[in-house]
Amino acid sequence: METIILFAPLAGALVAGFGWKFIGETAAQWVTTVLLFLAAILSWIVFLTFDGVTESIQIMRWIESGTLSTDWAIRMDRLTATMLIVITTVSALVHLYSFGYMAHDENFGTGEHYKARFFAYLSFFTFAMLMLVTADNLVQMFFGWEGVGVASYLLIGFYYKKPSANAAAIKAFVVNRVGDFGFALGIFALYMMTDSIKFDDIFAAIPTLAQKELTFLWADWNAANLIAVLLFIGAMGKSAQLFLHTWLPDAMEGPTPVSALIHAATMVTAGVFLVCRMSPLLEYAPEAKNFIVFVGASTAFFAATVGLVQNDIKRVIAYSTCSQLGYMFVAAGIGVYSVAMFHLLTHAFFKAMLFLGAGSVIHGMHHEQDMRNYGGLRHKMPKTFWAMMIGTLAITGVGIPFLYIGFPVGFAGFVSKDAIIESAYAAQSSYAFWMLVIAAFMTSFYSWRLMFMTFYGKPRGDKHTHDHAHESPNVMLIPLLVLAFGAVFSGMVFYKPYFGSDASVGKFFGVLEASKEDKAEDHANAFMLISPANAATEETDDHAQEDDHGKADWPTEPGKGAIFKAADNHVLHEAHGVPAWVKLSPFIAMISGLALAYLMYIRRPDLPGKLAKQQAPLYNFLLNKWYFDELYNAIIIKPALWVGRFLWKQGDTKTIDGGINGVAMGVVPFFTKWVNRAQSGYIFTYAFFMVLGITAMLTWVTMTGGAN
Amino acid sequence: MGNLLSLTTFIPLLGAIILALFLRGDDAAAQGNAKWVAMATTVATFLVSLFILFGFDPSNTGFQMVEERQWLLGMNYKMGVDGISILFVMLTTFLMPLVIASCWNVSARVKEYMIAFLLLETLMLGVFMALDLVLFYLFFEAGLIPMFLIIGIWGGKNRIYASFKFFLYTFLGSVLMLVAMVAMFSEAGTSDIPALMAYQFGSDDFSLLGIQIVGGMQTLMWLAFFASFAVKMPMWPVHTWLPDAHVQAPTAGSVVLAAILLKMGGYGFLRFSLPMFPVGSEVMGTFVLWLSAIAIIYTSLVALVQEDMKKLIAYSSVAHMGYVTMGIFAVNQQGIDGAIFQMISHGFISGALFLLVGVIYDRMHTREIDAYGGLVNRMPAFALIFLFFTMANVGLPGTSGFIGEFLVLMGIFQVNTWVAMFATTGVILSAAYALWLYRRVVMGDLIKESLRTITDMTKRERFIFAPLVFMTLLLGVYPALVLDIIGPSVAALVENYDMATAGMHSAGTH
Repeated sequence: METIILFAPLAGALVAGFGWKFIGETAAQWVTTVLLFLAAILSWIVFLTFDGVTESIQIMRWIESGTLSTDWAIRMDRLTATMLIVITTVSALVHLYSFGYMAHDENFGTGEHYKARFFAYLSFFTFAMLMLVTADNLVQMFFGWEGVGVASYLLIGFYYKKPSANAAAIKAFVVNRVGDFGFALGIFALYMMTDSIKFDDIFAAIPTLAQKELTFLWADWNAANLIAVLLFIGAMGKSAQLFLHTWLPDAMEGPTPVSALIHAATMVTAGVFLVCRMSPLLEYAPEAKNFIVFVGASTAFFAATVGLVQNDIKRVIAYSTCSQLGYMFVAAGIGVYSVAMFHLLTHAFFKAMLFLGAGSVIHGMHHEQDMRNYGGLRHKMPKTFWAMMIGTLAITGVGIPFLYIGFPVGFAGFVSKDAIIESAYAAQSSYAFWMLVIAAFMTSFYSWRLMFMTFYGKPRGDKHTHDHAHESPNVMLIPLLVLAFGAVFSGMVFYKPYFGSDASVGKFFGVLEASKEDKAEDHANAFMLISPANAATEETDDHAQEDDHGKADWPTEPGKGAIFKAADNHVLHEAHGVPAWVKLSPFIAMISGLALAYLMYIRRPDLPGKLAKQQAPLYNFLLNKWYFDELYNAIIIKPALWVGRFLWKQGDTKTIDGGINGVAMGVVPFFTKWVNRAQSGYIFTYAFFMVLGITAMLTWVTMTGGAN
Repeated sequence: MGNLLSLTTFIPLLGAIILALFLRGDDAAAQGNAKWVAMATTVATFLVSLFILFGFDPSNTGFQMVEERQWLLGMNYKMGVDGISILFVMLTTFLMPLVIASCWNVSARVKEYMIAFLLLETLMLGVFMALDLVLFYLFFEAGLIPMFLIIGIWGGKNRIYASFKFFLYTFLGSVLMLVAMVAMFSEAGTSDIPALMAYQFGSDDFSLLGIQIVGGMQTLMWLAFFASFAVKMPMWPVHTWLPDAHVQAPTAGSVVLAAILLKMGGYGFLRFSLPMFPVGSEVMGTFVLWLSAIAIIYTSLVALVQEDMKKLIAYSSVAHMGYVTMGIFAVNQQGIDGAIFQMISHGFISGALFLLVGVIYDRMHTREIDAYGGLVNRMPAFALIFLFFTMANVGLPGTSGFIGEFLVLMGIFQVNTWVAMFATTGVILSAAYALWLYRRVVMGDLIKESLRTITDMTKRERFIFAPLVFMTLLLGVYPALVLDIIGPSVAALVENYDMATAGMHSAGTH
């Protein structure tokens, strides 16, 4: 079944990409979409029936060289299963949505075929992403890793006539390669230390790894820490973390369905997945974990500040994605991997929905993306409005504090984001905690700013566009509806398995043995919303089974199940016992953000302009994204080109050629004449010269050596 | 068939002789005949060479299908293949029919052109199969002449300068090699390559002109061979002949040059430098690693600012050859496996890239990057194939380009993390220059007036690329096809090397 899930999108991509001329564009679109829905349905079946015990499915040999041995193989565990449903569900919905969104694209003239190509790319991306998450070794993961990079490159540059799209595509690929540089070095180092790149072997070797030193560049490093940091650099590139984030906002040049699928729900979360996948390594690499927390928290803060002032609707959401990814890394960095995956899951739903909603607005507004030209659209597109509203409620974390009926009650973001913030507090990482709370405030502000600027107030900008603004077709609204369901309920439904007690998380991730009853119960959990009464009895059940208030003993050696936590890592448990003010703080942040946005964009619409003038330096600093692009341009790109030109003109032409030609000058004219004469002759002349040459050398050899 | 190797080697020569003796006239019919004879010859060569591949036993690390006879002046004619050389033979026979197909539109002195390529094929095959020093030298040097003529006669405007530069560099390199060969011959008393591989050349330090020579004779001989092979590869800083040669060479010439001729250098390191002068290699190894790292970064940066497509790809070739030398002198299984894999893979990929440039050069008669832009609008098939090979060139996993690079870097990391770190930056730079080239040529709107009527690839052109795409993908997805064949021989090579150099570190010779 996993094999079908994996290869269905590939088959779709091939059929659509190469066969559309024979079957027609519409058929190509249908083939990819149907195959994706098939994969999505199978993924849900796998996810819901999966018992948490790691399985491995060999497909084919791959790279074998000495002790290095790599197969094409599928590794199934809870991390993979989670990713499977995220990827295939969002991808299937995005395929469906694209029927409407890509129907009449004004970037292409009449008679230009682009739809089959678009769907083929989407399906190819899905395949690469699935390869990434099902890999049973790091190199296969790297295959998927770079494969999604290519798909992303192709889709960002989909409007190939636009120079800005082409530039953004290259930027995305190259910046990702910077991350891959670290990732690759991490793989090499792991192989050197453990003699394998298969996850199972690596995990088994990790406890010893922490005792070893590794000489890298100028110093000896703790092997576990060094490798974890190198791998994390790869994750930073793919997940657009601070310093390697610059490509993500530009990636919005791609069609909006692409932004939803690749640059919000799936590809950019690959870094989080990688870090969670390597949880056994991280648990032995405390310094690397601190680094991850630092980068994650800083990114969450940084991206949120930039999001405050952006005017392009997609860029606001892009920075929001960047920021939310920071949350996930904080969760992974403090050792609650299940919570990182939890937020990854819920975020996929509500962020994909926000993007698709934004796409619906853009579609209805004739590809206008500047929010300053929106306004009052809730009347024109009520369904889109409600979808976006749900997405906003989810991302800002609306819920009812302190109400616990087996799970907290609130939208998806409320449950999962608060879980991260509480965990950050429990991990005693005050930097991360405060950064995330402040970021939550800003998240609320920019999300509501987006809502108010787009859907409330009076129509601004081109009157003609507003007059013709229209609601999107059903084929675009249905995916929104499905995602809305996820944005509302996924937090509550999946609370227990991802952020429940040590025992429930352990069982779900296959770390702890699950009894038969537990299994049935887990499935029940996943299938339906548990009624409060049920939940209460379950809670007592759990407590009865566990020795110390849900603090079940996880194995002390890595290797079992999908994630690992060290014996001294109690963050997951302690996160449930944080003080009330901690639990309340993200809620307060959310309310204040909402209030401020309401004040600035509904009550006093003149205020933002004034403020921007008053605080011009700060405003420009944020508007220009902290000047990262300008900085990189000045310190990396320009010098690289200058050095290239210098080496070419001064190094190659002047020094090397100049030197050698200088020596040879005496001989050149003679040879030039010689060749000229050769040219004027016929085959006999050439043959003569060849024979002459060979004979000359033969004689030479005979005279010097052969005579022996 | 006891003379399978000779048969394979000399079928192209036979074809060349037939052309030279029997084909008369220069009208269209005669030209067509010349092409068909050449095509039939190269295809026949390929088919015959398949018997070598299928008859080859990878588990046997010695030389196989060996032929040995007395030749003139008491010299030996000896041919054989092992796991290291066989795939170069296959690469050559596989590519030559495609090379011939790519010159189907040539109309200047077609017969001679075909003869030159057929002759070149024989000589290249000879290099990879010769097991006698003198024989090797003959093939190695004679190969220079047809290539020299291909550039000098069928080349572009500055062909005289380029062909001369090419000739001068490679010839000067090989003079030193010849001296070393004579020295080897006089010390070991044999020109038999397997015997020389088993022979232990002196490695005691001595001083020459007041300079302490660590590794003694071995180091000196290593240096002499290095001069020749480094030019052939080409390694930085003796690479500057290559961009010029490529720019001036006709498309088919560039393909042979990049895909096969460059590999002679790498093959030479594996056949001579490592097994015959292990101590010399060990002494000079770090030096080569650094040269390779410099080559990768230097030429990648230079590639970034090129304005001529062929020059850009030529510089990219130098960078990729940097991985090869690096892998070889890492002297471990992954490094050398990767180096050989990279050479084979580069044969397909760089060959394809030069062919792609040829496709648009044939239409527009310019290689200036600025003269193009937006080709995707009128040439979707070209755009797709170009994209594929661009990605293969930047080492995308799933293509053969990845396996070689990855294994080399994995090998080098175990030896020297500094070099590994610098070399790995190559994956960033290669993405930058390759994608930027692609963008400037293929992407964008088609606004240049001159390109309005450009046509997409013809059936013949697509047919040439199909096998290259197939091989690049096949080896990327199932590299065991190559690694199974080279693995045991490489393992033996590394083992012998380690044994020969085991004493060095404990003895504290450096």
